[in-house]
Amino acid sequence: MTQTTAQPAHAPGTAPSGSAGKPKAFFSRYRPKVESLITCTTLAIIFLVWFEVTRRQVVPKIFIPSPHDVLMGFNETIFTGYHGKGLAYHCLVSLGRVLLGWVVACFLAVPLGLAMGLSSKVRAVFDYLIEFYRPLPPLAYYTLLVLWFGIGELSKVLLLFLAAIPPLTIGAVEGVREISPSVIQAARSLGANSRQVFYRIILPATTPAIITSMRISLGFTYTVLVAAEIVAATEGIGWMVWDASKFMRSDIIFVGIITMGATGIGLDACLRIAARRLLKWKYN
Amino acid sequence: MQTQEGHLQVVNAVKIYDPGGANVCAVDDCSFEIKAGEFVAIVGPSGCGKTTLLNMTAGFEDTTAGEILMDGKVIAAPGKVPVPGPDRVVVFQAGALFDWMTVLENIVFGPVSTGAMTARDARAKALDLIRGAGLAGYENEYPIRISSGMKRRVEILRALINEPKTLLLDEPYRAMDAITKAVMHKFLLDVFDRVHKTVMFITHDLDEAIYLSDRVGIMTTRPGKFKTWINVDLPRPRDFTIKKTPEFLEYKRATLEAVHEEAKKSFERGEREGA
Repeated sequence: MTQTTAQPAHAPGTAPSGSAGKPKAFFSRYRPKVESLITCTTLAIIFLVWFEVTRRQVVPKIFIPSPHDVLMGFNETIFTGYHGKGLAYHCLVSLGRVLLGWVVACFLAVPLGLAMGLSSKVRAVFDYLIEFYRPLPPLAYYTLLVLWFGIGELSKVLLLFLAAIPPLTIGAVEGVREISPSVIQAARSLGANSRQVFYRIILPATTPAIITSMRISLGFTYTVLVAAEIVAATEGIGWMVWDASKFMRSDIIFVGIITMGATGIGLDACLRIAARRLLKWKYN
Repeated sequence: MQTQEGHLQVVNAVKIYDPGGANVCAVDDCSFEIKAGEFVAIVGPSGCGKTTLLNMTAGFEDTTAGEILMDGKVIAAPGKVPVPGPDRVVVFQAGALFDWMTVLENIVFGPVSTGAMTARDARAKALDLIRGAGLAGYENEYPIRISSGMKRRVEILRALINEPKTLLLDEPYRAMDAITKAVMHKFLLDVFDRVHKTVMFITHDLDEAIYLSDRVGIMTTRPGKFKTWINVDLPRPRDFTIKKTPEFLEYKRATLEAVHEEAKKSFERGEREGA
């Protein structure tokens, strides 16, 4: 038995009965302190190197802007705006596109993935279609989408939607496959009908896999954002980065990348928190 | 015994997987009977068809030939769509608790799903069972938070709440350490002395088989058939001290001999097949 130093304060939901059964293995939510120290040091070193390199003008400003330039870039984009629109606006526009594509994909692809996991016939229809387009670079078929659906919002959201699908279906299929057959047999043996087996056994059992695939899917959708916004867009954070590169505004590029990174982490954190709430039985 | 229900008859049961193809004969012409309220242990080498036999009885698979009856009613026959049900609940080898339900929710799952009890009645009965099993205070815990021995107890309670006619146990204590196993044996013996259900207990642990059961059936290697039956006339209620009595050791000697003959045969056949 090992004593963990950083044990999360266990919030008792109903009764303090939990303390009676001391859990042997426990996923500590917080990493041990040494690791966080290492992470902070790494970040500090990167920042220092960045600071020094730009201060001594080792590389021209045009390639790597100084921290100060980037800060000014933030100042400019937030308060003056980039091409008339503030950073927050560009950010929201992009987030809207990503979330719209991803949410619609979730509603369609998760049930589809479950159906694929449960029926080999449904899998036979969709498996190869998805496997075929999954490894394609999104830009390759984006041209087709633009050709078919025009250069407006529809083709952009559609591209993000398509990018979001494969991780979701694969995750749901794997989730179903990982259910132990004896769990389903146990439910049937206890007298559950197929509806009850689906809603009370299969659905909750696959939820962890589905949430993980939702996180992966959102991350991947986010990476396609810039591609979606380089064709005939006039707003959006991806477009801003693309546009800034044409004017050699590396400070704005940095602003855009840092913003995208932070937003990505934020989105993922939201999903992680939701997962913890939803999957009390797993994280406890 | 007190109970009349739960009389199991296996009549010339045959199970062949993939006939015409791989044609694996898992169970070959098995016939035996488990009287109502009798505790029968079935022992045999790995892959001898013990689990197939249990799956057919549980209603997960049909038979290729022959039938299985409970209280005179056919529950498995060739081509009959198998229907599992809460009258013969299975407790599985690897454990099959629903991790997303609390101990209490797991136990009430059966009767509430079938509509046999209202949620309130099921809850009250489940709490009774939980207390009786020494699990009071754990009813709202998720399975991840309780020990493997406790999980197994919950699984047995989850079966018992349905008032099944028979309990089908498929090597439930397989991967347990000696101490947990001893606790579980005691628990199962206590439960059996109280409710006297028909029990079909699959295992490959001879000690366990003799210690718990009224009768031990020893199966041959594939195709699975019964080689011998040994009646265990040890008094009940039993506790671990019985394992040290000469009678127990005599039963153990008899079963060991039968099993060893089988093991030797299967080893020799393995040699032949490998050559």
